[in-house]
Amino acid sequence: MKAFHPHEVIDRRSFLKVTMLASGALLVGIGCEDTSIESEITGETWVPNLYVRIDVDGKVTIVSKNPEAGQGVKTAFPMVVAECLEVDWKDVTVEQAPLDDRYGRQVVGGSRGTPDGWDDLRIAGTATRYLLTTAAAQTWGVSVEECEASAGSIVHVPTGKTQRYESLLETAAGLPVPDISDLELKHSPSEFKLLGTFVPGVDNPKITTGQALFGCDVRLDGMLYAVYEKCPTFGGKARAANLEEVLALPGVEHAFLVQGTDDPRGLASGVAVVARTWWQAQVARKQLNVEWETSHADSTTNYDREAQRLAEEPGETLRSDGDVLSAFNSASKIVEASYYYPFVSHANFEPQNCTALYHESGRLELWAPSQNPKSGRALVARTLGIPEKDIHVNLTRIGGGFGRRLRSDFMVEAAWIAREVRQPVQLQWTREDDMAHDFYRPAGWHHFKAGIDNTGRMTAFDHHFVTFGSGGDTVSGAGLSRDHYPAGLVPNFRLRQSTIRTSVPTGPWRSPGHSAYCWAYQSFFDEVALAAGRDQLEFRLDLLSRSYGDPPLDLVRTSGTLRLAAEKAGWGRRELGANRGMGLAFHYDHGGFVSHVAEVVADGSTVKVEKVYSGIDVGPILNLSGAKNQVEGAVVDALSTAQLEITFADGAAEQSNFHDYELLRIDQAPEVECHFIQNDVRPSGLGEPPFAPATPAISNAIFAATGTRIRTLPFRKAGIQI
Amino acid sequence: MPRTSIPEPGVNNIILNINGHDRTVDVPEDMPLLWALRDILNLTGTKYACGIGSCGSCTVLVDGKPTRSCRTPAMRFRNRKIVTIEGLDPTGNHPVQRAWNDEDVPQCGYCQGGQILTAAALLAENPNPSDGDIDDAMSGILCRCGTYPRIRKATKRAAKYSAEDGGDV
Repeated sequence: MKAFHPHEVIDRRSFLKVTMLASGALLVGIGCEDTSIESEITGETWVPNLYVRIDVDGKVTIVSKNPEAGQGVKTAFPMVVAECLEVDWKDVTVEQAPLDDRYGRQVVGGSRGTPDGWDDLRIAGTATRYLLTTAAAQTWGVSVEECEASAGSIVHVPTGKTQRYESLLETAAGLPVPDISDLELKHSPSEFKLLGTFVPGVDNPKITTGQALFGCDVRLDGMLYAVYEKCPTFGGKARAANLEEVLALPGVEHAFLVQGTDDPRGLASGVAVVARTWWQAQVARKQLNVEWETSHADSTTNYDREAQRLAEEPGETLRSDGDVLSAFNSASKIVEASYYYPFVSHANFEPQNCTALYHESGRLELWAPSQNPKSGRALVARTLGIPEKDIHVNLTRIGGGFGRRLRSDFMVEAAWIAREVRQPVQLQWTREDDMAHDFYRPAGWHHFKAGIDNTGRMTAFDHHFVTFGSGGDTVSGAGLSRDHYPAGLVPNFRLRQSTIRTSVPTGPWRSPGHSAYCWAYQSFFDEVALAAGRDQLEFRLDLLSRSYGDPPLDLVRTSGTLRLAAEKAGWGRRELGANRGMGLAFHYDHGGFVSHVAEVVADGSTVKVEKVYSGIDVGPILNLSGAKNQVEGAVVDALSTAQLEITFADGAAEQSNFHDYELLRIDQAPEVECHFIQNDVRPSGLGEPPFAPATPAISNAIFAATGTRIRTLPFRKAGIQI
Repeated sequence: MPRTSIPEPGVNNIILNINGHDRTVDVPEDMPLLWALRDILNLTGTKYACGIGSCGSCTVLVDGKPTRSCRTPAMRFRNRKIVTIEGLDPTGNHPVQRAWNDEDVPQCGYCQGGQILTAAALLAENPNPSDGDIDDAMSGILCRCGTYPRIRKATKRAAKYSAEDGGDV
């Protein structure tokens, strides 16, 4: 298949480019120590840096360094380069980089792509433009100040003389590379031409015609397909299996036990079945009879029991400001409520997979839909004993990340199996594998108590958080910052924490922590505002109007998004009518400030979420389409996730597929209206921030419409159907 | 193109009409159409996501009707006309494909082949669908990224493009 070449099969021209890059032709702005490097030209292509290539026929190629999981980076990053390079977007071809240490961080996670890439990408585009402008000025014998770059040409402003970039490559390639500190980088939306506009995704033409893009689309000559049976109980070891029987089944080429390691994020023990088609491997797998050695039997019932017991204990105090107990004594009103959310699964649409090719030379090549390929490479190197330099990782498009693919278990499984069978292998998990072997978002219990004074202000806040971990340590995705609001927003504040031990694998899940506890905080604020007899918006704006010590978040930017969302929704200015309600919430996480106002209509206990109005401040918007898509998707994801739960019995997940883990469908999805506050601050990412405040905005709207306060997720536990 | 290494000539050779071409395929008797497409014919545009007929990522058109390919054996599709996402319009100029690009529907894009084929079938029957019609027709296809608001818009835009093209969906 054309789309996927093994790395070693490269033609002469590609080889020249690769060699030239490897020799270090202008590594601008990638944190490289060596700054004494020059751009180079060879054959038909000028490669001024790792991000840009210009061909003598005028073709401009921009390389996107980060994996694309649907967050839109493969379009937005090249847009930044194109903006600074001053080329027409329609003339740009985007290419996905493989894992390459010279690019620095290549991760989809923490909404950090945009803030981390912002400088490097602008430097790459601006430095290239600078070289081309200088080349034109030299050619014409005029001063650089009289020349301007525009749409792939340099113009001599006084005379109108024009030269295309491609005619300047030889000269530009001979120039010394500019000092990065001399470059004037665009930073304000007022300077942007391309950035901030609506640009469709660069892979759309391939997606809409079904061309190969994703990890599971990789096809190599002689490739076999693998399935990998793991113990249904987390961490169980395979001791024996009826391998001979399975080997005799149609299409099966290999079946073997894998001992695995004790690293819960590494190579799990299991049985690999490798066949000529995936279906045959899967059919054979169903005939497996494996003897497992299991060690634990965690269950949701046990967790609940333990959480109830811990709720009565004081817990460990993580932060204490003022004196909450005396503040409660002098309060004119006390509000108490407990909130609970369950474990959830990532349910990436493309089940985990990875393709591996082990060369007899000892080199290994991987095609991985990974959010963190560098970490995956390290795991593979460590587990298989192959030096990292001998592992090449190609980045495929990813059918959904959400944090699941920050873990690399599927990569090390594929690598192990491929080395065992000495043929290219694609490992493809089933949906059931995916749901049974996730790194789940952990459940949590929040016990809140607030004191209100006679002016209606919240003067005391006590919070007992029961989460998963051991002693003072929490498991991945289960922690809560001691400085999280309302710390710093109320004069008397206390945060206590208790932990439950768990053997269930947990991990980051879109906006880790925030995506769960924001719902608890912002729902409880509604209860406090109501008890104080205050408007929900006014109560929150007042809460954000002062701080005690360091504020836990930027009060001005947070309030700005809340005011904007409320204004666009017509909060307090519209007669909603019977059975309708509005709810709101603000939040800050991963560098982004987002507030939502949700509007719902109820028919008994069945609720339709009609519309969500969003106020967003993440600084300048790179791609207006991508940005809105993230907000719309996050709101839908939040509503979907509020209907879901993963429960455990006998040490295994009880849900297995979309029949018992039912994602939201189109007829349940709200309309989403996005409003951005754009300013000159550094841009931050948008993959995560719109998620967290969506759940409570909807919950609060449901209360307004129905009088039902949802304190337990999923919604159906409060009798609410979507 | 079929790979040269497999399949071997076997007793299960059948002819499937896929994207307007008769293809001889050697399939195990129980192999669902999805895996015949993906692993034997290397038509990977049709996606696996649940395998239980719940999510719709594996949707193909069979005699014009959106059909799940993950459960039904390929054998049963003899003498039927199968269109996969690769075959809707390989140049991407079908009104639905254009609308999907112009509204920039995809996020990860994994489910979108099934979405596009389902929308194309809807418009072929109902050139001017209401929001309710769109929700009814499209509710079988899950999107984990939550692109539903854009799927609604794009389906309407496709209806408009199609009308401008003279109603030829």
